[in-house]
Amino acid sequence: MGRYILRRLLIAIPTIIVISFVVYAILALAPTDPLSQFGADPRVPPEVRANIRHALGLDDPWPLRYVKWVTALARGDFGVSFMSHSSVMDLIQQRLPNTLAVVGVAYIIGVLLAIPIGMISAVRRYSVFDHLATTFAFVGFSVPTFFTGLLLIIIFSINLRWFPFIYDSTLKIHDLGSFLDQVKQSIMPITVLALFDTATIARYTRSEMLEHLPLDYVRTARSKGLREQVVVLRHVLRNSLIPVVTLVSLGVPAVFGGAIVTEQIFRVPGIGELLIRSIGDGDTPVVTAILLIFAVLVVLFNLVADVLYAVLDPRIKYA
Amino acid sequence: MRWRSALAVSFSAVILASACAQSGTTTSSPSAAGSAKASGAASFKRGDGGELKILYWQAPTILNPHQATGTKDSDASRLVVEPLASWGPDAKPVANTLAKEVPTVANGGVSADFTTVTWKLKDGLKWSDGSAVTADDVVFTFSVIKDAASASTTADNTEGVKSVVAKDASTIVITYDEPNPNFYQWGVGTCCGILQKKQFGDFAGAKFKDAPGNLKPIGTGPYMVTDFKPGDVVTYAANPNFRDPNKPYFKTVNFKGGGDAESSARAAFQTGDVDYAWNLQVTASVLKPMIDASTKGKMLTVYGSSVERILLNFSDPNAPGETRGEPTTKHPFFNGADGLLVRKALAMATDRKTVAKQFYGDGLAGKAGCNIITGIPEYESTATQSFCDAFDTAGAAKMLDDAGWKLTDGVRAKGGVKLSIVYQTTVNAVRQNTQALMKTNWEKAGFKVELKSVPAATFFTNTSPDGANHFWTDVEMFTNNSDPDPTSYLNGWTTKQIAQKSNNWQTGNYNRYTNPAFDKIIDDLRKETDAAKRATLIKQANDILILDVVIIPIVTRTQVTSGVSNTLKGVVPTGWDSEMYAIQDWSK
Repeated sequence: MGRYILRRLLIAIPTIIVISFVVYAILALAPTDPLSQFGADPRVPPEVRANIRHALGLDDPWPLRYVKWVTALARGDFGVSFMSHSSVMDLIQQRLPNTLAVVGVAYIIGVLLAIPIGMISAVRRYSVFDHLATTFAFVGFSVPTFFTGLLLIIIFSINLRWFPFIYDSTLKIHDLGSFLDQVKQSIMPITVLALFDTATIARYTRSEMLEHLPLDYVRTARSKGLREQVVVLRHVLRNSLIPVVTLVSLGVPAVFGGAIVTEQIFRVPGIGELLIRSIGDGDTPVVTAILLIFAVLVVLFNLVADVLYAVLDPRIKYA
Repeated sequence: MRWRSALAVSFSAVILASACAQSGTTTSSPSAAGSAKASGAASFKRGDGGELKILYWQAPTILNPHQATGTKDSDASRLVVEPLASWGPDAKPVANTLAKEVPTVANGGVSADFTTVTWKLKDGLKWSDGSAVTADDVVFTFSVIKDAASASTTADNTEGVKSVVAKDASTIVITYDEPNPNFYQWGVGTCCGILQKKQFGDFAGAKFKDAPGNLKPIGTGPYMVTDFKPGDVVTYAANPNFRDPNKPYFKTVNFKGGGDAESSARAAFQTGDVDYAWNLQVTASVLKPMIDASTKGKMLTVYGSSVERILLNFSDPNAPGETRGEPTTKHPFFNGADGLLVRKALAMATDRKTVAKQFYGDGLAGKAGCNIITGIPEYESTATQSFCDAFDTAGAAKMLDDAGWKLTDGVRAKGGVKLSIVYQTTVNAVRQNTQALMKTNWEKAGFKVELKSVPAATFFTNTSPDGANHFWTDVEMFTNNSDPDPTSYLNGWTTKQIAQKSNNWQTGNYNRYTNPAFDKIIDDLRKETDAAKRATLIKQANDILILDVVIIPIVTRTQVTSGVSNTLKGVVPTGWDSEMYAIQDWSK
């Protein structure tokens, strides 16, 4: 097992190098220009723009810029944002807590809700609960987050005045009061995101469970006289969870990527908001850093998923 | 030519979609004519108030005004970094920042020939860290911005400035290369925030972009930065060393960025979550009911000199090869024997009132405009009004018909020349709506109109064949604005300023208009030092541009379009400087 993990990690290195090159090349060849911010601003005349371009090092051909970037990266330096001239790592560090507090919590809530819901739906197929859960799931993944987000804002912020819709990232939690403030300001974005996550994962769990329930080993377990609870939890659920685990682990990198739409609606200064704005601004150092971190996480969590298979299913052996 | 504000940047985000025709209600905007003297003696003590909440739907990313990439950055830095003086609501400088008084010819601060300006700093001025502000800081700031290596976005205002020297510790003398009627060019407004030499001294030139002070500048303003998360929020605290011992009123300021204009409007008018919400250019049919029903806030609008205009090309945009759009060529129908008649017909078929009403919410974001020089009463011409009011497509058609431009296959033609127009502007919902309306009316008069739209980043460059500068179409449309003194702005229509290949299209006369009478007026204006005579010349120049149909102004646009809490006092908007120019006077 140890050797397997090591081998997978070694294979990951060239993968990530290739990804970094592709990401850099696409961004370098894309028509977005970091100076386009000045595009509509005629008070910045052409010669000033040329000076700025030079100061940002954009005069060099892009393969050379790529080599410089990778060299700096090898030393752990992600570079400096074109827009704020501050370190990319600082920007990401400022935003990661917000993303984890909103998108991360929503994901955990989603998973914790989805598995029991999916399980009960499958066991009590066509019951009232199953119908409700199915309806809820369809609503959850067919209604876009920008719609549910705006709906919640209109109901809970504007009409009822319960929750603020402007996320305050300067809030520090030091007592119960400030903790409640944090809950109040993140409850709407968390609900929007958790609704979507729960719906997806619950549907998956339900269909996997349904596939396993009529199988022979379940009948065997029942004929041994095991209690239904044990049959469902220890036998059916464990086997059904294997594909669900893949889904959940591969979803984790997406948590770090933030939620572009929801963060924008609720003004949560997270990674997703940073990414989309940086793409718009042509702020390549920020975009490449986020995408690269994202790529590393995807590779890593693929490995985690594979390792978890072996834990859940003893028949799977890696050598 | 010098342009002052970055309004054009915000316009790219304007989403005043074509609302259904508004009922003729007026906006609840308070009068913008408030006096500049709102400050006066404060009736409060420093730090009496709690937190002031400001919301911008574009987030500041840098707090050095000389590296600003937009209004958001200039405004967020203005709470801290101040110029020598600000541009007040009446387009005249107010000494509400570093300068003791505004230098004028009358008080001897400006030389009679308009070449040198002497500024004196207020007594006992301190930076927020407690050290003294000296003339050296001002000289240093100028030299950094002027240095091409430091790549300042405000460098344009240093053009034509010969020197900035410290006469003594509190006196600065600015000398221009030649007499400059716009003698406040460097020193006043968003261009010229004064940086601390101590903080930035080691970061002149190429290192300027790496200065730690870019994220946390030390300034003289009413507030100082306590925390800055680029792209998200700036928090400020009252500056303990601020020159007025009673100001500012608020202990802290929260300057939040991000989101969109519509929900910003909700925060200002419906929930009252913020005290000040910037640039609420939202579809009029959504915004108006929100404002009318609001118990929390009101709309604050003020006009500056921004005008959305249509430019007519005097050169031939279809000339072959190297001569394309060069001033040596002549436009086939805008610039010939019938040139003026055809241009007038086009102006006559232009329906600016409908544009103002439907796309600019009739005063929410703009009003129908007739002049290119606007915003300052003494420069505002009245001679153009009747010409502007004569919207008449049938009259335009008749005028062309009488002159022999006969309609065949849906387009008027004479001697083989067809009145066929390509009309370009930037990609923007409001502009595409305006284009569509113009096309309908112009085609009624017998023109054939082809519409073209170009991304703003491409349009506003001198390098693109699709750009405003090359102007390789027959007409084009965009917004521009002037300094309070319009000399350099008007200079942009003189023969010397014709944009062409040989000057890499870097000059302002995109129309390629040439008129000796106009050139003479501008020459006189450069030399004239008498205020009344200057005003007459400015109006004459304006009238030529309008009545000779070089440009067709459409809409005078608001410079400030912000939502302000009913509880916030002392906010007097200016159309000529940052919206934050007098934030020390705000209170509750």
